[in-house]
Parts: sequence; structure tokens; C-alpha cells
Amino acid sequence: MPVFSFNDTLLLATILFSVGLAGVLIRRNMLFMLMSLDIMLNAAALVFVGAGARWHDAAGQVMFLLILALAAVETAVGLAIILCLHARGRPTLDADTGNLLQG
Amino acid sequence: MHALALLAASVTVIGAIMVITRKVAVHAVLYLVVTLLALAALLVMLGASFAAMLEIIIYAGAIMVLFVFVIMMLNLGQPDSAREKEWLRPRAWLGPGILAAIVCAELLYCISPLSGSMPSLASITAHDVGLSLFGRYVLMVELASFLLLAGLVSAFHIGRNRMENR
Repeated sequence: MPVFSFNDTLLLATILFSVGLAGVLIRRNMLFMLMSLDIMLNAAALVFVGAGARWHDAAGQVMFLLILALAAVETAVGLAIILCLHARGRPTLDADTGNLLQG
Repeated sequence: MHALALLAASVTVIGAIMVITRKVAVHAVLYLVVTLLALAALLVMLGASFAAMLEIIIYAGAIMVLFVFVIMMLNLGQPDSAREKEWLRPRAWLGPGILAAIVCAELLYCISPLSGSMPSLASITAHDVGLSLFGRYVLMVELASFLLLAGLVSAFHIGRNRMENR
């Protein structure tokens, strides 16, 4: 009997994804929104790895690697945008005030 | 479900909930690191130890360092001494510390000879992953490299504009 059945993996990934989604929806601070996005990506990666373990296929971990690359790019670009907005003199990290980007 | 898996899963979920409810960004980063470590423990239990190592190295190492750098550069609000005092209070690091201690105790229990034989899953090693990655999925590796290049160029572009404005 495996330590962790596929149903448990799916349940945990659902809970994690819901927490991340709630974080994106309720927080307006852009740093926290990025962290919630990372949690959601982790939940998706967990489903891939769990499915790979369930059907004993290496493709699950291949997808995990690609999700890791995606998360790195997303975090780097998001943090660069946050720094750029901050350097233009906005005192707050509120995401709702960032609707007037130019260039 | 095994008790260790249940423990790691609950640490993951508690850490994730704490991440989205913190007020100070550094506290959230601490909880996020603990969440990622517990998730890596879960990946090991799923038989994906290579993925777990990558999770720790890239996520808990590289990406979290990026977050910490940006939080340091933003330097929001309070003056430095007050902020350091705020961050060094036990209330700030006690929660992540306890969760990390739980994960560490789990690790120590698993490597000690007292724990008996874990019901081991047939694991997928880095060898299988490498064969699959550079065999069937080699086109996706190229696409991922395009994505990384695009991210590099766009981050450089955004940063360069910021330098010129100063």
C-alpha cells in the first residue's frame, strides 16, 4: 500500500490551489499576489508528480521541471515589474493602482 | 494514510494559509519557505526524490532569495531600526520555526534506524526523468529555453528603463 494515494494527492492539491486562489483574490499587495501564484503553481506541480507516481511514468516529473522553469520566469518578471513601479515613485504596492502603465 | 504524510500535508496547508494572511511580507516569505520544504517532503513520499531536490534548490533557494532581495530593495515604510526590531521579535519567527521543526523531526525520524522500513513506492529516479526529458520531450525543453530567454530579456528591459530614469 502506498504512503500517499492519488486521491489524497488530489485533495491536498485542491486545498493548496484554493488557498492560493483565495490569496490572489483577497490580497491587494502585489508581493502577496506573487506568492499566492507560486502556491497555485506548486499545487499544479503536485498533481503532475502525483499522477506520475500513480501511473509510474516519468512524464509527471518532466512536467514538474517545466512548471519550475515557468515559475522562475513568472517570479522574475513580476518582481521586476514591482521594482519598476516602485522606482517611479508609487508609495504603495496596491495592485489596483497600477492601471496606468506607460511603456 | 500514513501519519508522516498527514503531518507533512497539514504543515503545507497551514503554511500556505499563514502566507496569505500575514501583514509583513518577510513573515510571509518565512512561511512560504516552510511550505515549500514540507511540500518537498511530500514529493519524496510520492517517490519523486529528484523533483523534491529541485523544489528545495530552485524554489526554496533561488526564488525565495529573489523575494527577499526585492523586499529589501523596496524598503517600505518604517525606518530601519524599528523594522529590524519588529522582525526579530519571537512572534515573527516562532510560527515558521515550529513548522520547520516538525518537518526536521520528520526527516530525522525517517533516517533513524528506529523507524523500520518505510513502505517504499517504486520511485522514479533522475535517470528515468532525464531519458524522458531529452527523448520524447526535447521540443518542450527548447520551448522552456525560449521562455527563459524571453523572461531574461523582459526583466533586463524593465530594469534598464529604471536605470535611465534615475
